[in-house]
Amino acid sequence: MSVLLETNELGYAYLGRERCLDGVSLTLRADERLGLVGVNGAGKSTLLHLLVGLYKAEAGTISAFGRGFETEEDFRLLRRRVGLVFQDPDDQLFCPTVEEDVAFGPLNLGYSRADARTIVEETLALLNLTALKDSITHRLSGGQKRLVALATVMAMKPDILLLDEPTNDLDEDTRNRLVTILQSLPQAMIIVSHDRAFREQVVTRTITMESGRIS
Amino acid sequence: MSDLLEEAGRARTLTSDAEQAETVLFSRRMWIRELDPRVRIITVLVFSICVVQLDQLPLLVASLCASLFLLLQAQLPFLPTIKRVMTVDSFIILLLVMLPFTTSGTELFSLFGWPASYEGLLQAVVILLRANAIVMATLPLIATIDAVTFGHALASLRVPERLVHLLLFTVRYIEVLHTEYKRLRTAMKCRAFAPSNSLHTYKSVGYLVGMLLIRSFERSERILMAMKCRGFNGQFHLLKEFSLTRKDCAFALLSFLFILSLMALEVMHVGAA
Repeated sequence: MSVLLETNELGYAYLGRERCLDGVSLTLRADERLGLVGVNGAGKSTLLHLLVGLYKAEAGTISAFGRGFETEEDFRLLRRRVGLVFQDPDDQLFCPTVEEDVAFGPLNLGYSRADARTIVEETLALLNLTALKDSITHRLSGGQKRLVALATVMAMKPDILLLDEPTNDLDEDTRNRLVTILQSLPQAMIIVSHDRAFREQVVTRTITMESGRIS
Repeated sequence: MSDLLEEAGRARTLTSDAEQAETVLFSRRMWIRELDPRVRIITVLVFSICVVQLDQLPLLVASLCASLFLLLQAQLPFLPTIKRVMTVDSFIILLLVMLPFTTSGTELFSLFGWPASYEGLLQAVVILLRANAIVMATLPLIATIDAVTFGHALASLRVPERLVHLLLFTVRYIEVLHTEYKRLRTAMKCRAFAPSNSLHTYKSVGYLVGMLLIRSFERSERILMAMKCRGFNGQFHLLKEFSLTRKDCAFALLSFLFILSLMALEVMHVGAA
């Protein structure tokens, strides 16, 4: 299987604190759903942010789709193909209505309004969320917000999905729905999750982070 | 313990009342609420500008009647509406009481040796009528638009984008911040925090406010990151489009005719005098 994304000895420290990532090397292949575990504060979320260039790595390299990424310009391109779903859906959903929020990405990518609408329809249908299209985002329930947040990222048609604790505060039904959705998606994924049962159902390989490294 | 439980119970009934009021406010189907929000905003704007120009009592009474008619047509819930009107009136009540005594003119009566002038009283009545006519037109026409639609309508009226987005972001996140505040307050209560006039209280409330500020700041940074992840480049796109119906045009035409005749009568009177 071809390697989609690869990091080599990544290092990162928050301002004035100890290094929280210290030589992280990992490989993600196409068709792989990688589970990422580790104690709280092990640097899992930081790693995901680093992968899409939201934080700048102090050491090491990131390469994906056969090229390296270093500058903000590079990462702007990378973010079109690697979708990060945030831990808190309230951070992700900022538009008044679901339709606008899902359309935000495609419109930024330069699609016309009509095309964006089509993409919204398709994405919502794919995730079985069509009924929520005209809903006001802040009135959605926690579970609905999470699924819509996933939809907003899926609308960018990424090749890789990065999910940060996707099952946090989901009820049984929504959780099962999410499992079915993730199993059916063709994208390669990196999933940070403490939920063992969920990982067993979804991921194909699990790696553990410990004191800033992958062990 | 028991008073805590009681308070919790009261809080619940309060929210359900508020929710009910909100549902009534936005859900009932009536011709006023089906009008295009843009038409409603412009009508209120033009009407307000016109009403503040009027000086003739009969014309002011006529505009108040028109507003009352709209208010009745919108079938707003009675008590909350009265409360809102009273809120506005409470701002000008002091002015109204003072005016007769501070304006010089024909003496009407005197209170504790202070003369009240006829001109001052007239001024006060004019201000009262103007304010209430405007408020009573705003309530049925604008207060029934929910905040998100209002933002969209402003955007399609070419109000500067930044202002519209400021409004929409506020609408979106005020609830999140309020929940965060409530969570922190509950957590404080659970550890037996009872506000009193003490240094401890001020310090704790200071921490609470500080924590809210820090959290909002961090949240705004996370939102920006999430937006960047979706290719944000400084441009916002609103999708909603409005379309004018026959009813909208009819309403706009009628109200502008009414406003125009008010203005014409006012100008004619001034011309005659």
